[in-house]
Amino acid sequence: MRPFRISVKCRRSVLLSASLIASVFLACEASPARAGGTLRIAMTAADVPTTTGMPNNGFEGMRFLGYPIFEGLILWDLTRSDVPAGLRPGLAEKWVQDKADPTRWTFTLRRGVKFHDGSDFNADAVVWNLERFFNPQAKQFETQGAGISRARNPWLKAWRKIDDFTVEMSTNRPVSYFPYVVVYLLIASPAQFDKTGSWAEVAKAPAGTGPFKITEVKPRVSVELSRNAAYWDRTKIAKLDKIVLFPMPESTTRLAALRSGQVDWIEVPPPDAVPSLKQAGFEIVTGVYPHVWPWVFNMARPDSPWRDVKVRQAANYCVDRDGLVKLLNGLAYPSVGFFPKTNPAFGKPKNVYAFDPAKARALLKEAGFHPDRPVKAKIMISTSGSGQMLPLPMNEFLQQSMRPCGFDITFEVVEWGAMLVALRNPPTAQQSLNSDAMNISLVSSDASRMAGLFLGSSLPPNGTNWGNWKNETFDGAFARIERSSDPREIDEQLRRAHEQLVDDPPWLWIVHDGNPRAMTKHVKGFANAQSWFQDLTLIDMN
Amino acid sequence: MWAYTLRRLLYGVPILLGVSIIVFALVQMAPGDAASLLIPPEASKEVADQIRAKLGLDKPVYVQYVLWLGRLVRGDLGASTVTNMPVAGELFNALGNTLMLAIPAAIVGFTLGVCLGALAAFNRGRILDRVFSATAITGVSLPHYWVGIVLVVVFAVVLNAVPAQGMGPAGFPHTWAQFRHMILPVITLSLIPMGVVSRLVRANVLEILSQEFVGSLRAKGLLKQQVLRHVLKNAAPSVLALMGLQFGYLLGGSILVETVFNWPGSGGLLNLAIFRRDIPVLSGTIVAIATIFVLINIAVDVLQALIDPRIRR
Repeated sequence: MRPFRISVKCRRSVLLSASLIASVFLACEASPARAGGTLRIAMTAADVPTTTGMPNNGFEGMRFLGYPIFEGLILWDLTRSDVPAGLRPGLAEKWVQDKADPTRWTFTLRRGVKFHDGSDFNADAVVWNLERFFNPQAKQFETQGAGISRARNPWLKAWRKIDDFTVEMSTNRPVSYFPYVVVYLLIASPAQFDKTGSWAEVAKAPAGTGPFKITEVKPRVSVELSRNAAYWDRTKIAKLDKIVLFPMPESTTRLAALRSGQVDWIEVPPPDAVPSLKQAGFEIVTGVYPHVWPWVFNMARPDSPWRDVKVRQAANYCVDRDGLVKLLNGLAYPSVGFFPKTNPAFGKPKNVYAFDPAKARALLKEAGFHPDRPVKAKIMISTSGSGQMLPLPMNEFLQQSMRPCGFDITFEVVEWGAMLVALRNPPTAQQSLNSDAMNISLVSSDASRMAGLFLGSSLPPNGTNWGNWKNETFDGAFARIERSSDPREIDEQLRRAHEQLVDDPPWLWIVHDGNPRAMTKHVKGFANAQSWFQDLTLIDMN
Repeated sequence: MWAYTLRRLLYGVPILLGVSIIVFALVQMAPGDAASLLIPPEASKEVADQIRAKLGLDKPVYVQYVLWLGRLVRGDLGASTVTNMPVAGELFNALGNTLMLAIPAAIVGFTLGVCLGALAAFNRGRILDRVFSATAITGVSLPHYWVGIVLVVVFAVVLNAVPAQGMGPAGFPHTWAQFRHMILPVITLSLIPMGVVSRLVRANVLEILSQEFVGSLRAKGLLKQQVLRHVLKNAAPSVLALMGLQFGYLLGGSILVETVFNWPGSGGLLNLAIFRRDIPVLSGTIVAIATIFVLINIAVDVLQALIDPRIRR
């Protein structure tokens, strides 16, 4: 019998095949392929947002120094760009509203989660953070963070630990949309505070549970985030190695930084620069998100022209929204309601506002106004401010385009801080400077926002229904929303409530900001969620 | 000389006290306070009032001022109402960053200003006088933030020769990477001092050149450079006073230039504190800058007295 022999050629083939198979196997076993890299972002903030776990500088602070590093029991679902961002489990695996007592909510916490400093996340950490924001007597009470948290969550009344992984929260009345405010309560590591004893020290080396951790803070200059390779959600390990954030309040400076290659991504490019940026190969990313830029009508004054719904509807038919969007080079979208028209909660209002001066004049005539007796109104506007876009040219455009309809508009130009003071006081108070309306941009994400802005019980100083708008149908729909636990009923009532906001408009609906950003072509994977916040774990720099 | 200097230092104390009172009062006149700006627009007045009380902003203004003054005397500038960070740290960082630009800008601006002004005066009526005078007027007249933007567009964006913004690597500047970031803001900041000093030097030198002793110096056979030295020495006292003021302005920080170049200096800190109504930062920064102004003016007075003994009398 001839001995079995393998030819050299055959041996080589076998070895080659084995090598290939081994390579494939090793590739599968290795960490997921990651492009990595460092993403440099220029923010509009004038200063580095605070890094204690409840950032200031509004939602831009939350976007970059909130959710990427610190998480809440509930998180925003930022995976889709075709629908408004909803909620998903975060540090809580689930939450349940007590059917017998709808003011009580029980949160089942996620196990096995660690803070960036290695300490354990559990119910004690949750309670500690709630005390930090809501208990002025607690040693960890953080005044600045408390102001921000309590503004966003006016309904939390009490909380308690049930066991190491269960926490119960109670509200001061049944509010079905309570999860939409829990999402803003971020959890920071108590161990860091215990180690340092002061929030100023914690700010230098804070610890959250998020997909990024803060690795360097240079006050007023930059903050560096690094990938958290031990993040609890293995499907959302960040692709980037680092993110460096720069505060750059001046738009021309941001533009120059992008054009000269110092940064890869800028927030809010100047509208005038959009054509040249596109020509130079940069990407301009815009999208629908829950921001609205309106005039808030003051209906408190007895002689206010806005007390007649026909005048408010006429004003809404008198806005050249497309012209304004063109002025902004496409960085905004027309607004004809609190929600964008694409939002399922928009409903089917009777009025579909479009630029129709003839209809506006007809409505004004019915209200007793005519060319010799135009509607005179003084609008409080600011020179700048969070989310205010370009208030001066935009309002001047409105002033000019509304004049032919029969509106004689003048302005009271104030500084942003003065406007915020006016917003928190009744519209007849001295702080409002006898203004007939206020141009202030506001968040329009969900029912919790609507409650604070439009309910009859939300008049200042108890809420921000500054214009003193009252609508029984709206209040009735909202009462049902708050008490219901049936998602279909809630959606139906939300649509009903929104239809009232359109047909009996408390505001002049003008535009929604387009959430514009400009970035280099190297920034890949960005999915523009319909949210004030974005998922930075998807991005890589190729 | 020591008694003179000590007297001037003591005069500085009521000046600083007055400055701090005025700053405190002016900020109170603006609507809102730190609590109003700190919390989101949707916050109710009740929440704003609670935060205000926690920050001590509900106390009467004079009580807040006295408490602040008491801490200042003990060397405690307090903590920022907005960030909770110690004011001293933020302030010294900001002043240090401003010095990084102010000193080179002063050197460049003053040197060029003296040269251009002297040359213009010595060539009075000729083309050189017109060119140097026009340069000085341009430096004073052009808005320096606009010049800064143009420099950024040309040298950073188009030519990519220098960075568009920022300070670069941290620390005392000693590397090219750091110096690169300083070039454009230093040029921008030096324009106004250059223009102002140049105009004054030209006027002073022309006035001194018309005096009889200059003719005597020439008659004695002194060279042009030697005459120049005597002339400049006579022009020095008033020019030094102006330089002192200009340096003080530079140290106060130019908010516009700092914004264009995203330079975290004292001007930006002051601007931020004003818009946030962050009184501890605002008061601390103003007092620090006022102190620097006072010290610079004392230094200039002493220097003038050394140069011109007649001033001492």
